[in-house]
Amino acid sequence: MNALIRKKAFNKQEKDKLLIQYHIEAPSFVMSNHQDIIHSSSVNQTTFKGGYNPSLGPVQLPSSYQSQIASSSKNQKNIYDHSLSRRAPEVNLSSLAFLFSSIVDYSQKSSKGIQELEARLNAYGYSIGTKVLEIITLREGKNAKREIKVVGILQFIHTQVWKSLFGKIADELEKSSDSDDEYMITDNLPLISQFISVPKEFGQLNVAAFTAGIIEGILDSAYFQANVSAHTVEKPGLPLRTVFFIKFDHGVIERETIRFGK
Amino acid sequence: MVIHSLYIINKAGGLIYQTDFTPGLNKLTANEYLVLAGTIHGVFAIASKLTPTALKLSTPSSLSSQSSSLSQTSSHGSKNSGLRCIETDKFSIFIYQTLTGVKFMLITSGPTSKDINDLNYSSDVAEGLLKNIYAIYSDYVMKNPFYSLDMPIRVDLFDTKVRELVKGTA
Repeated sequence: MNALIRKKAFNKQEKDKLLIQYHIEAPSFVMSNHQDIIHSSSVNQTTFKGGYNPSLGPVQLPSSYQSQIASSSKNQKNIYDHSLSRRAPEVNLSSLAFLFSSIVDYSQKSSKGIQELEARLNAYGYSIGTKVLEIITLREGKNAKREIKVVGILQFIHTQVWKSLFGKIADELEKSSDSDDEYMITDNLPLISQFISVPKEFGQLNVAAFTAGIIEGILDSAYFQANVSAHTVEKPGLPLRTVFFIKFDHGVIERETIRFGK
Repeated sequence: MVIHSLYIINKAGGLIYQTDFTPGLNKLTANEYLVLAGTIHGVFAIASKLTPTALKLSTPSSLSSQSSSLSQTSSHGSKNSGLRCIETDKFSIFIYQTLTGVKFMLITSGPTSKDINDLNYSSDVAEGLLKNIYAIYSDYVMKNPFYSLDMPIRVDLFDTKVRELVKGTA
């Protein structure tokens, strides 16, 4: 309480000081040429803004400022100036790997167990998936169409999505023989997790849960509600082979049966 | 030239990785490995102080003219001028210290017949190998979120990649 009062007192003091300064400076405004004032203040103040200055009234930017702003916006192309449908330039694999490594590290520190870590990675991916669907469909241009079949959307993910996210198509797309609502997409060497080997004490964890989240986000926003999880299924020579296990909601399969009658 | 084992020593002189490539080598106790790494670290530091200034100045132009640009830049600093190689009849030791202070040490079989024709044969092979191991290290260890810096390396992918590389050169 005491401190607060003192602070208030201090603030008041400071205000007084400012007032005094203002009073001292004020005559100089009157005495000097009006044009001059704008110039000197624009030199001293680095954050010079056009608009309304309470002590001077409406302020106009000096002409040199305006030309500078115009030229800088002309030279430096803003991200918003690029066309959305043009393919983005490639990203350095190292920076991507380090970024993803930091994402995993961060989620690991903020979660209590392996399950939570996986759920967290999945959630990060999910928010990307819902957004990335939009831009991939846009970039398809005239070839784009709305997928209404389960197999159609899965092929779209297997080919177009994989190509635009990872620069290659996924290796396999399979349907489970046991169940109607289970599908699998396989990637022999997942791009983002190719440098990561999971220690034994983390058990079945697969950091591609992030990618699984992306798939889930895409499926959900395309109205194919599903659960997607990532599993490591090693093959000789392919220690990182990852299977994305997709289990559709009951309603999706039911809808498909009614619509296309299988 | 047979590659026997690989040691990686962090910048504080601690052993963070040790593996044998040839079967049937006698194992030391964990403590002895650490002592060995510490000794190498110390000897390396002494050796870099002992390197004559004249040699340091002449290396970029004459000795390392055929080696890659990486070693040329590093030989300017005193860090890489320490112990590079120990040769005995039975075995050789090659050490490569990165600019960041990590030391990669390779124990190989002794000088071979090829060394008679080409004096630098073994050291060229070893140096190339060590640089490749460094590349694997920076890919599979440094980009792994489950690895904490300067701690012992327990990374499966690093193991397999190094083994593949050594198998490829042998």
